[in-house]
Formats: sequence, C-alpha cells, structure tokens
Amino acid sequence: MALKMVKGSIDRMFDKNLQDLVRGIRNHKEDEAKYISQCIDEIKQELKQDNIAVKANAVCKLTYLQMLGYDISWAAFNIIEVMSASKFTFKRIGYLAASQSFHEGTDVIMLTTNQIRKDLSSPSQYDTGVALTGLSCFVTPDLARDLANDIMTLMSHTKPYIRKKAVLIMYKVFLKYPESLRPAFPRLKEKLEDPDPGVQSAAVNVICELARRNPKNYLSLAPLFFKLMTSSTNNWVLIKIIKLFGALTPLEPRLGKKLIEPLTNLIHSTSAMSLLYECVNTVIAVLISLSSGMPNHSASIQLCVQKLRILIEDSDQNLKYLGLLAMSKILKTHPKSVQSHKDLILQCLDDKDESIRLRALDLLYGMVSKKNLMEIVKKLMTHVDKAEGTTYRDELLTKIIDICSQSNYQYITNFEWYISILVELTRLEGTRHGHLIAAQMLDVAIRVKAIRKFAVSQMSALLDSAHLLASSTQRNGICEVLYAAAWICGEFSEHLQEPHHTLEAMLRPRVTTLPGHIQAVYVQNVVKLYASILQQKEQAGEAEGAQAVTQLMVDRLPQFVQSADLEVQERASCILQLVKHIQKLQAKDVPVAEEVSALFAGELNPVAPKAQKKVPVPEGLDLDAWINEPLSDSESEDERPRAVFHEEEQRRPKHRPSEADEEELARRREARKQEQANNPFYIKSSPSPQKRYQDTPGVEHIPVVQIDLSVPLKVPGLPMSDQYVKLEEERRHRQKLEKDKRRKKRKEKEKKGKRRHSSLPTESDEDIAPAQQVDIVTEEMPENALPSDEDDKDPNDPYRALDIDLDKPLADSEKLPIQKHRNTETSKSPEKDVPMVEKKSKKPKKKEKKHKEKERDKEKRKEKEKKAEDLDFWLSTTPPPAPAPAPVPSTGELSVNTVTTPKDECEDAKTEAQGEEDDAEGQDQDKKSPKPKKKKHRKEKEERTKGKKKSKKQPPGSEEAAGEPVQNGAPEEEQLPPESSYSLLAENSYVKMTCDIRGSLQEDSQVTVAIVLENRSSSILKGMELSVLDSLNARMARPQGSSVHDGVPVPFQLPPGVSNEAQYVFTIQSIVMAQKLKGTLSFIAKNDEGATHEKLDFRLHFSCSSYLITTPCYSDAFAKLLESGDLSMSSVKVDGIRMSFQNLLAKICFHHHFSVVERVDSCASMYSRSIQGHHVCLLVKKGENSVSVDGKCSDSTLLSNLLEEMKATLAKC
Amino acid sequence: MIKAILIFNNHGKPQLSKFYQPYSEDTQQQIIRETFHLVSKRDENVCNFLEGGLLIGGSDNKLIYRHYATLYFVFCVDSSESELGILDLIQVFVETLDKCFENVCELDLIFHVDKVHNILAEMVMGGMVLETNMNEIVTQIDAQNKLEKSEAGLAGAPARAVSAVKNMNLPEIPRNINIGDISIKVPNLPSFK
Repeated sequence: MALKMVKGSIDRMFDKNLQDLVRGIRNHKEDEAKYISQCIDEIKQELKQDNIAVKANAVCKLTYLQMLGYDISWAAFNIIEVMSASKFTFKRIGYLAASQSFHEGTDVIMLTTNQIRKDLSSPSQYDTGVALTGLSCFVTPDLARDLANDIMTLMSHTKPYIRKKAVLIMYKVFLKYPESLRPAFPRLKEKLEDPDPGVQSAAVNVICELARRNPKNYLSLAPLFFKLMTSSTNNWVLIKIIKLFGALTPLEPRLGKKLIEPLTNLIHSTSAMSLLYECVNTVIAVLISLSSGMPNHSASIQLCVQKLRILIEDSDQNLKYLGLLAMSKILKTHPKSVQSHKDLILQCLDDKDESIRLRALDLLYGMVSKKNLMEIVKKLMTHVDKAEGTTYRDELLTKIIDICSQSNYQYITNFEWYISILVELTRLEGTRHGHLIAAQMLDVAIRVKAIRKFAVSQMSALLDSAHLLASSTQRNGICEVLYAAAWICGEFSEHLQEPHHTLEAMLRPRVTTLPGHIQAVYVQNVVKLYASILQQKEQAGEAEGAQAVTQLMVDRLPQFVQSADLEVQERASCILQLVKHIQKLQAKDVPVAEEVSALFAGELNPVAPKAQKKVPVPEGLDLDAWINEPLSDSESEDERPRAVFHEEEQRRPKHRPSEADEEELARRREARKQEQANNPFYIKSSPSPQKRYQDTPGVEHIPVVQIDLSVPLKVPGLPMSDQYVKLEEERRHRQKLEKDKRRKKRKEKEKKGKRRHSSLPTESDEDIAPAQQVDIVTEEMPENALPSDEDDKDPNDPYRALDIDLDKPLADSEKLPIQKHRNTETSKSPEKDVPMVEKKSKKPKKKEKKHKEKERDKEKRKEKEKKAEDLDFWLSTTPPPAPAPAPVPSTGELSVNTVTTPKDECEDAKTEAQGEEDDAEGQDQDKKSPKPKKKKHRKEKEERTKGKKKSKKQPPGSEEAAGEPVQNGAPEEEQLPPESSYSLLAENSYVKMTCDIRGSLQEDSQVTVAIVLENRSSSILKGMELSVLDSLNARMARPQGSSVHDGVPVPFQLPPGVSNEAQYVFTIQSIVMAQKLKGTLSFIAKNDEGATHEKLDFRLHFSCSSYLITTPCYSDAFAKLLESGDLSMSSVKVDGIRMSFQNLLAKICFHHHFSVVERVDSCASMYSRSIQGHHVCLLVKKGENSVSVDGKCSDSTLLSNLLEEMKATLAKC
Repeated sequence: MIKAILIFNNHGKPQLSKFYQPYSEDTQQQIIRETFHLVSKRDENVCNFLEGGLLIGGSDNKLIYRHYATLYFVFCVDSSESELGILDLIQVFVETLDKCFENVCELDLIFHVDKVHNILAEMVMGGMVLETNMNEIVTQIDAQNKLEKSEAGLAGAPARAVSAVKNMNLPEIPRNINIGDISIKVPNLPSFK
C-alpha cells in the first residue's frame, strides 16, 4: 500500500505542476496558444486518471488557464470530484476552481449540494471555511434554499472563524433565496453583539448591505447601531455604521438630529481620514434630510465645508477628489455655502488629474447664477479648446449644455448668446454628442419664440457651411446638428432672410452623403421652405420667380429619390410628384401658394417627454378587462347573455329619448366641434386652418413663463459668443446706472418725506433683467396628469425581493427548509398513501392555527406598536416621562383610584379599538383573498345577530344561552330564543349538511349559499364534490371552464368530528317565487379499513325570504313608500299564537330578514328589501290569540309567497 | 460590495483575477484589458479613484487602485464601500502577501497564484470584507499551510524535492522586483484593527 503511494507520487513528480505550466508559458512567448492547447490535452489525460492528487494538480492548472481567458466549464465535473476529496489540500484546490468558474448556468452544480453540506458540518474548521468561501462565489437559488438552514446553524458555531464566514455568506443566501431573510434575521441581529470583533464586523457588513437597498425595514435597528457607533473602536465597523446612518436619515429626520452631535465629535477627534470623510458625508446626508425644517444647523454646514476645503487643498490627490465629491452633495441643498469656494473649484478645473477636473465640473453645475453663467461657460469653452482626450472634451460639452439648460434655462438671460455658444460647439471635431446639441437647438428654437428669428439666421449659416457636411461619416457625430438646423429653417421659414439661398444649400448634392434620418428631415423641410418661398413670390406677383423655384425643386429632388434610405426615398418621390403637379398648375397660371403652405399650417407645441404616460386612465376604463369574454363551450356561459337582455328590457323605458331629439343632437355636435377646435391633438378637417391656432382660445392654455423686457441685440453672421459677454456687461452696467439713478431720486424723495429704510444697493440675481423678451413655453402635459414619478423604478431590481418587513414576528410557516432523510413511503407515492396518523395529527393543527393566527395578529400589531414606540421613544429628545406623582397622604385611596381607573379604561378602549381594526382588516382581506372569506363571513354573521340582540336590549347572559334549545320557556318577555339561521339540508351516518342562504346588495340576482359540512363518522372525508342540477331560473356559479354537469369541489377535507363551511354563489333570475334545486354531495370516506365512495342527496330550498336583505328604514321614508301607491297589497292571519309579540317580531326579523320600523304596543311596521330592489312593507298586529300580517310590496307574487312563508313560520310558534 | 479584484503587471498581463459577479471568460478578459487601459495611462501622482470602466457596471461603481513597482492592484467597488477604506485594504493585502511570501516580488505572484487566492480568500469573501487584521489573516494562512504539510507527509517529500530541483535550474529568476520595501504613504486609518 505504502509502496503504491510512493510509486504514485514518483509518477507524479514528472507531471507538470502549476509552476511548470507557468514557466512553460513564459518560455513559449511566440506560440503561447499552441503550447497551452498542448497543456490542455495533457490535463485532459491527467483528469482521466484515478489518482486524486493528479486530478487536483490538473484542476489547479486549469484554474490558472481560466484566468488567462480559457473556458474550463468542460471540466466542471472533475472540479466537483476534487472538491469532494478528503484531503484539505485538494479540497481547497477544488473549491477555488469552482469559485472561479462555476455560475448559475453550470448544470452539474446541483450535484454539489450534499458534498457542500458534508463539508459545512465537517469537524475541521478549515474544511468548513473553504466550503463557505467557495459557496459565496457560486451560490445559486437552489443551493441557497437547500443549505440556508445549515449555514444558519453555523452562525452560532463555537469558532469565530466559522461564525464570521457564515454571517457574511448569509447576504448571498438572502439575495438568492429572499424567503430566508425573515427566519435568519433574528440570529443575524444577535451577531451584532458577538464577542468576537470579526463576527461583529461581518454582521454589520451584511446588515449595512441589506439596509442600503431597503433602508426603511432597518430603521428599528437604529438604536442598536447607535450604541455600536458610540462604543466601537474598529474603524471598519464605524465607517460601515456611519454609512448606514447616511442611508437611514432621509427616512427619519429625528435620527439625524440625534446623530449630529456624536458625528461632530468624531469629526473633531478622529485622526483617520477615512472615518472623518465618512462622518462628513453622513452629516451632509443628515443636513439634507433636515434642510426643510431646520435652518439652524449652519454651524454644522460650516464645519463640513471647512473640513472639505482642507481636504480639497490637501496635496494628496485622493483627498482632493473625495473632498470635491462630498462638496457636490452639499451643493444640492446648500448651494450658498459652496458658492463661496468658487475660487477653489475653478482652480481644480485646471488640475492635471482628469478625475478631479470631472468632479470640479460637477460642482460648477450648481454654482452658476444669472450673474456668473456667461463667465463660467466662457471658462469652460477655453477648456474645450485646450482639452486633449475626446472623452474629457465630450464631458465638458455635456456639462456646458447641462449647466445652461438646467431648471428650464433659469440662468440664461440672453438666448442669442446661448445659440451662439451652441453654434460654436458645433466646431468640435469628433464629438459623440451632436444629437445633444441638436436637441438643445430645437428645444430653444421651439420654446423661446423671441429667439426664432436669430436662430433661423444662425441655422441657415450652419446649413451653408461645409465643415459639418465633411464629418458626416460618424454616427451621432456633429452632423446631427444639421438635423436641427434643417428643421428649424424649414419650420420657421418665415423668419429667413434669404430663403432662396438656404433652399439651394439644402439641395446641394453633397447632402446625400448625410445619414438617412437627416436627409429625410432635409427633404421634408425643403418643402416647407419651398412653400413659403412660393407664397412670397406669388404675393409679390413674380410668377416667373415662382416657376423658377419649382423648376429647381424638380431638378434637384431626384437625387433624394435615388437614396438607399427608405424614408428618404419615400418622402422624396412623394414630394417630387407633388411639385410636378404644382408645376402643371403654375403653367396654367393657377395660384397655388395658399394651398401648398396649408400643408404645413399650424404650430407645434412642445410636449413633455412623459406626457403620454401621464394621461390618466378615464374612470370606468379597465384595460385588463375582456372586451369579449373568451369563448367557452359550457352552457352556463351561453346563458349569461340572456340575463343581460333581461335587464336591458327592464331599463329601456327609462332611457327612451325625448321628442326634442334633433335639437339636442345639433347642440351636442356644436359642443363637440368646439371641443375639437380647442384640442391641439385633434387633426381638423377644415379646409384652410392656417394659423387658426392663434385665433382659438386653446392657445391661451399653453403655459407661458414671462420674462421681462429689453431691446434685442442683433449680431450679424456667425458671432463669437465672447461679444455677448462684453455686450452683456455693458448692458448690465447701463441697467445699474439707471437703477442707481432711480434709487437716488427715490432717496431724495424719501429724504423729503418720511425716513424709510432702503436696502443697500447690492446686485442680486433678481436685479439682472434679461436681454430679450423671452417666452419660455413650458412643455405641455395632459390635463389632470398624475404628478407621481414612480415610473422610474426598475422592476427587475434583484434587491427588491429583499424588501421584507423584519419587525413582524415569525410565522410558523416561515421556516428554512430542513433536509430530512428521505422517507421511503413518502417518496414512493403522493398524498393518497400517506398514513392516516400523520393526517390526523395535521388536521386539527390547522384549526388551531386559525385560532392562533388571530391571536398572533393581535400580538403582531401590539409588538409593532411597541417597536414603533420604542424607536419613537429613543428618537424623542425629551427626557422620559416622570413617574406618577406619589399620592398625597390625606386622599391616599382616592388618588390611587383615580390613577388606576383611567388607565384601565384606556386599555379597554385600546383593545376594543384593536378589535375593530381587526374586523376592518378582515373585511379588507375579504375582498382580496378568497380563502379567509369563509371564516370572516361566519364571523360577520355572528356579529350581525349579536348586534341585533344588543339592539333589542337583551339582558346579559343570553349569549351563554346561545346554542341551547328554544323550550326553556322563560317567562320574561324580553328574552329572545337563540336560533341559528342554518337549516338542515341533509344528513347521513357520515356527514351532516346545514346551510344558510344570504343575498347581497352589491350583486343583484346573486345569493350566497353557505353550506356547513360536519363529519360525524370516524373516517376522514376527502374528495368532496357538490353537484347541483341547475334550473332555468337558478344557476350555480362554477369555476371557469367547467360544465354544468361537473361537480364543484369542496375546498377542504374533513377529519373525524370536524366541521367546516363552504360557500357557493348562485345566480337567480326571478326571485318572486321560491324554488328548490336538487343536488348531490359525493365524497370518499377513508378509514383504517379502506376507502368507500359515498353520496348524499339534498334539496336546496331557496325561499323568497332568502332573497330579502335586512335593510333599515326610517319611519318617514316608510310612510312615503306606503303613500306612493305603487305597491300591491295582501294579508294573512294566523291563529293560536301564544308567543310574546317581542319574540314574534324577532322571529320575523331573523328568519325573513326584516327590520322593525316602528312599534306601538302590539302593532309594528316592518321593512325589507329584496336583492333585486323590491320594497316589502309589513304591518304586524297581534290580537288575543292571533297575529295578522298585512303586506305591501312592489311585486304581488313575491308578496304572496313571502306571506305564505311567514305564515308557516308563525304557525310553528 | 467589492465587484472584482484584479492584479496585473505594467504590461497588462493578469496575475490574479477574482470576480464576485459571474462573467464569461471573454468578458473577464475584456474587463481586464479595459481596466488596464484606464489605469495604465494615469500618471503616478494623480488620485487613485477612477470612474467609468463601462464593462463592470453602472455609475455606482468605482475603480480603486494602487500601483506597486511593477504591479497594479485594482479593486472595483460600489458606493457602499469607503474609498479610503479600500485603499487601506489594498495596503493590508500587499503587506500580508509580503509577510506570507517573505519579501514578495512579482514572480511569487506569477508562480503561486493559488496561494495568493488563498490569502485573498481570508480577507474578502463573496465581495465583502471578511478580515482586515493582518495578524489574524497570517495566523489562519499559517495554520492552513501546516495542515497541508501534514497531509502531504511522506508522499509529499519527493515532490517537494523535485520542485526544489526544478527551481534550482532557473538561475534567471530575478528576485529583485521587490515590492515589500517600497514605502507607501498611508494617509489614513492608523488605528485599523
């Protein structure tokens, strides 16, 4: 044996090991690939051998090759073999290879589950450690689910080395298997206070990582972290915690207030720059969260800014960079305090380090004002000229545009200047942001009306210049600007100085080298231009000139018709035909200009980018609903339309239109026209709508931001933006002088008059009047658009799944799956053969659970409240409430009483309120989930009866009597015999069925039948199915797709002695008559001896009373109803009644769903309503030994049937 | 979270790559190339942070690197990591390597990439910082090496001998690319534990 081993290792000596491989590769620099493929062949041979050492060596080499970019997924199985080696040396090699090459797509990964579990529970801590490390890299959802429990146990391992690894890997497990978060969280929280600092740090790490994604769920941990922050000395932990607080403060401003002091202390005391920096960062976050409410933190801001300035001035570039980064965060909320460091930031723009320059650029964004915008942009423009790399230059370009266009061009006082800046930017070679400039040009030209004339002149110059055409090869290059230029010249052609010249520029042959989408715009706008030229010529009476232009079009357009781009080709050929037609008309001396320009009449309004999304869904429109129900072959579906027709016939008379129909229609037509005219989105059919927009009142709706006056400047040709800076300065100077003059005058006046405080003559932003009268048209949004911006959320965010409330206590169902030894029996067969015992033990649990759940609900709520209170308490800065004052000796007992009673009351009220909440919640749930419905319904029912009892002023104690038979014969009049509304449906030795039928007002012509099934046998009842034979009038609502003859399954099984309720909905067409439906309950009764198939027939009796719904009615409404005279009348009399009148009425109320309107002595009026809206009024009179009932109802048949039923009930009394 | 850790030399040749997010081999090589391209053109006296690096993901990510003699150590991290903290972690990593290899040089990393991986595994696990205390890391590494030796036992002896002989054949191995003695200015975290 030993010999064999030695032999094996001697063989191995001559195998290549990793070092040999590396050496070999270094020695074969010329034919590296060939050498490696040779090595891979060798490795394949080695992997075939049995010796695990050889295999491990091979896998080790493969890991190296993987780093060089070779795919080693083919060796996945061999890697697993090496992972499962018993020696740590090999195991480690295997796990390393797996961590480098395995991913979720690796199919053999599922084979590792058991091996990893074995290693996790290995007695050697390093086996466990290596498995954890490996797993952290390749954990999949399956592995996470299967191993979560094992890892969780490791979190309490005796060795801190394992504990910290187990804690860290939990984060990966949570990501892959979010269900594990809640069960594992309590233990994770424990680890925050682990004695080992490494484990503690790991736990902080994991929770910070979790909290960063979903901070609100971790707010309740804030006190704990606060404690850690003030006690820990580990800078890593401190940094993590402080970063976490930075994420939490936006959610809880009070937390921020509490944090400021300890953080400020840390800032002053720490010598570690990293900690200082994070503290500053978090203080900034706090200040941002407080910025709305608390203005008096200027000291903290000053401290931050001051510390940051020190960082920025440091010679260490890293600190400089970070200082600028943090500064940009302050900028958002406290721009003023940053602006004072403008010098420093502008200085950073000249730094040799690009990262720092970029950061400084970011800062500039927030530092501009109306006053300094031109100056800053000028500086940036010089940087653009100097910049070397295109990336940095592009960055500069986007920044310039960002800075200028921010908050709706807030800081631009002179748009001519801006346009010329944009034009200057077009001279950049090789930029990738041509489209950005183009978009700005379009935006400004469309929204700033006053600038159009200037813009058009600039754009036509651009179209004319050759340099842009030259660069047309690059996609998104600068030639994109021509897109904007062409469109602006076309759309606003009325402002063109020399339209003919521009037209020719646009029809040059070189244009065809431009990208297709730009050519398409050219073609379209050439026509606009043409139309306006035509109009000019015709107005001037130059018929020849007009024809010459047409000829030019006819000559040049064919070059576009030949374009390879479909869009260009299509537009060009279409327009060519049009122009040819115009040519013909012109030849006949027909004036055409009017009609041609009508093609492009009207003005475009800017529409907000999200406008379409924001159009609110009209009320009643359900986009998810079927327009046509999907076809189904079942009869039940066929019957539905009949019900619809039936209803329609009922309703039609009401809707019959009046005779004055024609007038009404005409009026509506007019109104619609009016509406269309005002609707900018509606394409009008009127023949010449030219400039009609301006006339219609609709234009006034476009929101316009007014900026006031001054004289527009005119700079001919392509101006340099610098000119504007000078001009602007002059202008401002002039303004200032004027202002000063005015001020002086005023002062003089003031001197004469009363003394008033005049403000110092400082020049603020507001003082600078813009150079032009500018209307910035804001973008249109649909009316009543929703302001929410929730559409930015990414639904595929993997961290979303971890948005889990962690404060709720764990439910029983929330357990990590525990791998058990496989039970041969269970594995063999599904549910059916599960031994009885197990079932038995399971079932009652369910019942218990229901109960438990309710209680837990309450507990949960309480606990949550408590938690919230805890946090609130911790956050509140006020000292804890002082203990109740000691009772004054003289009134000792009294005071104790007064102290305690209110408390009790309070608690009572609290629990009651909770109960109510419970119910409310229950009802809410009702609507959502079908499952808990049954429970709740029953509860409601109980409550209803309870409520009734209460209203009858029942003495206490009757509740206990509930359930006892009636014949206790209590002489007391007020005593109400307790009853159940459930009537026996059918029973046999196995099962007893009782049912109750209830209508609901929401769904007319539907009733709910609640059937309680009670198992009376010792067998378990399963596979229960209810089949009911529908009649023409009444149908059972079945799940979609099942036919009339199919049974409807009962959604539960019944262990012995257990009862449960199932509910079924029936649709009734006519409710005026009672009816019966035959049905059968089939089920399998299973006991130790075997299973039998059983049946129980029943008849479902829909009485007319079951269609009535208890509806309260006031006596005056009741009187009105009786007076109205639409009700037919009928009466009935029953003799031999000895029951008290009170009980009698209660019986009618209970069984027939009536409510008492008024009661005088032995006479009472009662009211009820049917599910289809029939009113039923009763007058019940009690004689000596008899009762007479007079009824009035909107349907006589219903009434007579109801009275018959009532008679039967009364006869029993 | 740390997204990736890369070590490559001045020529862009990778000496170690550890990705904490799955990428295909091709993408990995691309990322290494791109990162090298970004990092190598930077001057010595500029900051050690770098934004961009399009391949490895969004704007949240940063490259934090240090350049020691012939080697670049690059960590790609997201915003949950402290920039200065990671710079320090790189320092701890290099110092640990120096301790474990006894005056580490580039060749140590070239020939013993597996060992470097093992050391790294004691510091960073699944993209999260596991341990920052150098003594603790070295203790664990030593214990594992001891375990390895005891496992090799008798059978391992001949292999070690052969390996020693093989190494002796290589007089050209220059051991002068020493990075252990380069004094690095550590501006932060003196109280690191």
